[in-house]
Amino acid sequence: MSGYNFAFLDEHTKRMIRRALLKAVAIPGYQVPFGSREMPLSYGWGTGGVQVTASIIGPDDVLKVIDQGADDTTNAVSIRHFFRRTAGVRTTTRADEATIIQTRHRVPETRLAEGQIVVFQVPIPEPLRWLEPRETETRTMHALEEYGVMHLRLYEDITRHGHVETSYDYPVRVNGRYLMRPSPIPKFDNPKLDHSPALLLFGAGREKRIYAVPPYTSVRSLDFEDYPFTIERWDHACALCGARDAFLDEIVVDDKGGRMFVCSDTDYCERRRSGT
Amino acid sequence: MYVAVKGGEQAIEAAHVQLAEERRGDRAVPELTLAQIEQQLGLAVDRVMTEGSLYDRELAALAIKQARGDLVEAIFLLRAYRTTLARFGASVPVDTTRMTVRRRVSATFKDVPGGQILGPTFDYTHRLLDFSLAAPEGEPAPRHVASGPMSAPASPGSDDQPMSAPPRVVDVLDREGLIEPERPDEDSRAVGDITREPLVFPAARDVRLQSLGRADEGFVLALGYATQRGYGRNHPFAAEIRLGAVELELAPEELGFAITIGELTVTECQMVNQFTGSATAPAQFTRGYGLTFGHTERKAMAMALVDRALRARELGEAPLTPPQDEEFVLYHGDNVEASGFVQHLKLPHHVDFQSELVLLRTLRAEAGVAPVVTSP
Repeated sequence: MSGYNFAFLDEHTKRMIRRALLKAVAIPGYQVPFGSREMPLSYGWGTGGVQVTASIIGPDDVLKVIDQGADDTTNAVSIRHFFRRTAGVRTTTRADEATIIQTRHRVPETRLAEGQIVVFQVPIPEPLRWLEPRETETRTMHALEEYGVMHLRLYEDITRHGHVETSYDYPVRVNGRYLMRPSPIPKFDNPKLDHSPALLLFGAGREKRIYAVPPYTSVRSLDFEDYPFTIERWDHACALCGARDAFLDEIVVDDKGGRMFVCSDTDYCERRRSGT
Repeated sequence: MYVAVKGGEQAIEAAHVQLAEERRGDRAVPELTLAQIEQQLGLAVDRVMTEGSLYDRELAALAIKQARGDLVEAIFLLRAYRTTLARFGASVPVDTTRMTVRRRVSATFKDVPGGQILGPTFDYTHRLLDFSLAAPEGEPAPRHVASGPMSAPASPGSDDQPMSAPPRVVDVLDREGLIEPERPDEDSRAVGDITREPLVFPAARDVRLQSLGRADEGFVLALGYATQRGYGRNHPFAAEIRLGAVELELAPEELGFAITIGELTVTECQMVNQFTGSATAPAQFTRGYGLTFGHTERKAMAMALVDRALRARELGEAPLTPPQDEEFVLYHGDNVEASGFVQHLKLPHHVDFQSELVLLRTLRAEAGVAPVVTSP
């Protein structure tokens, strides 16, 4: 696109963001403050993820963008269009073809591979935020590895409800050190982060934070010995492709209580149906 | 049979076409020009420039037109453009004592050197709808009245140019030692830039003032109002509000002296606030400061109240209320950030919601609530 640099951001900004990314990779799970820019799309629409992608993307990259697991949701379409327009890169819906996958709220069902980068859009990066609203406090808590309040919170959930009440954005411990929000992915996706062969980058634009999980790094969902971490299960298979191992979207099909369950990962579902 | 919804791209395109049509409205009505917006909706332009942190009347007018008069959207447009501009230097600090004043009032003295100048203000209008404005133009241009002082200037000799560069009212107090002196930063550190560096706490005053300057007018107004009602009360007096033009100067290193590169219209508010003192330091008034682009007086005054409230810790006051809490104020005042995050709730969240449904159904089943059978 004329009048703008490749992938929109100027090179100085990209360098600043890449430095933050390097620091984030060096300290897995640690939130690195960065000089987040105002982007031409709204805060909350993925400005952090877009800035991370813009800083790492090159002309030879192949980009996949998903929102809620799907390539055809409006915001995924819009972000994919943004990079086609500003960087002219090739885009794909196939998770196994992409070199960069920008995502909101899901990790693809297709197993990630070495050399791939997943960029997560993050609304609130601080895992302790609902327990302590002050940034000055939570930074100190991270520095002192003072995570007891989170365990206490999970314990209280179990005593009151028999379960941890968090179903998405479920807190994880990275590399045995930092407590991290995996972004609002369902806890179903948490196990995919553990020792992932792909590099995982997290961008929070409005909150001006970047963090990362390098390949093959331990990512443990918090739990207790007698209450181990579990993921969502469905009594149904995908009504389209028959998958029993995928995260399912619930579609309301009529006003008489009719429901249908289909894969949230549209690429996975389509490829299972077409056998590719 | 359910078929997954496709066609997001076409839907977005169609939405943009509809948006453009709605923006234009009835084509029988002449299209707005940027000059009309800039001239006749000048205070909207001023607000957009202030919160957009970009002094450019024409671009602000364009943003207002494109945003269909939604000023927060216009501010966003201007910000997103501003962020792409190169920084080629920092100006010399603007000197408001050298302002060519169009309006200048002080509430702390009946008269002040340079006089009280009412200028273009709504203050004493009766808020009666002026139906004559509803008729098309054609009336003779109003008789021009020079905006003169309300009273004879107190200081003799200033009759010739009463509006040019009157001394600041707080300086009158300062000469008597009645108000805390304004101290430049001890070190010669560069001024912060909140558009390039993330906020860190505790925030320095330059960063706080920058944040307040671009913060949402409604947010700052509400917080300033709250200080007056007891949430961080700081006994304010409006020592001076002035509106006028100041020169913008740049001192290029290779030149060694400052050159004027333009002129800005700004509104400045200096509040004089409750005094502090101790056994060792005699009591003095304290200060709150507001500065905004254009004629944005409500914002400048509210900003001065909140600036003073945020100085709580520095002045030995317990920061117990929201206006005194810098994390609360600085993190939540930006309307581009706030508008985005509030409105992002309309993006699809059905994956997270599905997770919640699965958990909730599990909890209810374990509590013995029989599930409602759904048709397959």
